[in-house]
Amino acid sequence: MNYLYAAYVATWVIHGTYLAILVRKYSKIRQEMESLKK
Amino acid sequence: MKRGFSILAIVTALLLSFALYEALIAAPTERTMGDVQRIFYYHVPSAWTAFLLFLINFVASVVFLIRRDTKADILALVTAEVGVVFCTVVMATGPIWARPVWGIWWTWDLRLTLTLVLWLIYVSYLVLRRFSTSSKTPVLAAVLAIFGALDVPLVYFSIWFFRTQHPSPVIGGGGSLDPRMAHVLLINWAAFLCLASLVCWTRFRLEVLEREVEEAQALESLLEGSR
Repeated sequence: MNYLYAAYVATWVIHGTYLAILVRKYSKIRQEMESLKK
Repeated sequence: MKRGFSILAIVTALLLSFALYEALIAAPTERTMGDVQRIFYYHVPSAWTAFLLFLINFVASVVFLIRRDTKADILALVTAEVGVVFCTVVMATGPIWARPVWGIWWTWDLRLTLTLVLWLIYVSYLVLRRFSTSSKTPVLAAVLAIFGALDVPLVYFSIWFFRTQHPSPVIGGGGSLDPRMAHVLLINWAAFLCLASLVCWTRFRLEVLEREVEEAQALESLLEGSR
């Protein structure tokens, strides 16, 4: 049962990490857009 | 456009929750492996999704090489990136399933080795796109993507034509999969396809925005230089 949960947790950790990278990328682009507007 | 994205996000969330319930609770327990077999409901759909994304990457790369279309280039980049994420899930869940079933985390079996090679090819594709500053980078990446795509059918058919330790194909390979298990498998694949579409959509928009900002920054520095 532990292996089953480990696999499901690993899957969502991988997807979550990638989504966090995308969110960080988006906030960086927004910052750059703000600095361009000034 | 914004409404379509919101609808897809809601459908994806609902489908993923339902698929998780089906995989962990509703699906019948396999007789020999027990509950650990349920890893299959995440492992196999992730692999199919990764293969599909690499196939789209191949088509987009060919279109880019023929037409030099920027949108095709962005689509190739996005599908390779999201494909690597799904392939990473395959590479992580496979050994977690293998440890209790085979007694080992990894073996240099043909299917496993070819999948590792596939993952490495697309990781190198992303490294090339991330760190190369040459104007030829999209062309070189497109050529690399075409070579990478050649590995996809090798991975898929390796268990059809060669004797490997990996289990036989679940659909169309002569294996007998319980219809209830096949049903749960397809629900999970549908959920992962929705997730992949949603992430690709987001990443595509992000890439377009990033390129527009880069162009604006280049224009701004040009204007400052001419003053």
